[in-house]
Amino acid sequence: MSDAIVLKYDVPGDDFTRAGEASSDIKQKLRKMGIPPEAIRKVAISMYEGEINMVIHAHGGQITVEITPEDVDMLLEDHGPGIADIEQAMQAGFSTAPEDVRGLGFGAGMGLPNMKKYSDEFSIESEVGVGTTVHMKVRF
Amino acid sequence: MTIREIQKILDAEVCCGEELLDREVHTACGSDLMSDVLAFVKDQAVLLTGLCNPQAIRTAEMMDIVCLVFVRSKVPTDTMIELARENDLVILSTKLAMFPSCGLLYENGLRGGSRI
Repeated sequence: MSDAIVLKYDVPGDDFTRAGEASSDIKQKLRKMGIPPEAIRKVAISMYEGEINMVIHAHGGQITVEITPEDVDMLLEDHGPGIADIEQAMQAGFSTAPEDVRGLGFGAGMGLPNMKKYSDEFSIESEVGVGTTVHMKVRF
Repeated sequence: MTIREIQKILDAEVCCGEELLDREVHTACGSDLMSDVLAFVKDQAVLLTGLCNPQAIRTAEMMDIVCLVFVRSKVPTDTMIELARENDLVILSTKLAMFPSCGLLYENGLRGGSRI
């Protein structure tokens, strides 16, 4: 994988206004690399939803992005409270977000479904009290 | 429809992006829920929203939305305007509420986005 570019981002927790900075940076980098716009949009949306989730639920986290000539691989890791029932969390409309987050335009239970919808590969692992890891891949 | 036409129809104030008013808009979306906006791909869309915070700008950025309309006289902060400028996003502010704003644009031929 000598052609791969690896980027790491720290997503600050509890600062909702800054959520999306990592996704914005990736979007600009992919655009400069001449990646097809449709793939860029898929990466941007799925990663943005992941960032928002990290801020809302997990006091931030880390995102590692690997860009290869064929795809973008995103690994989102947090040490938040974890998810007890992943199947339930994946249902559109299910949310545990606090009321104040809903007033900010999120927390409608669409984050994880959107992440799955926009990525070509999606997997999620979580342990209560330990954290959550989401892996997503978007092919060009 | 161009952004300039939208501005006229909604009698809106241009908060930023004056030089981009002749850009074409193909579809529209009205929502205060950003995750709902993110769920549907729209082509060269305008987003009408009552949610006046930086995440509305970020959502527009991720979706390649070309114009954001704040309804009910909401006005963006300087930080939001700066963020919009970085992304070539036009921001309009109208006194009209969400329902009449959407209705007027629909009446003038603008339609919703498509599902993927």
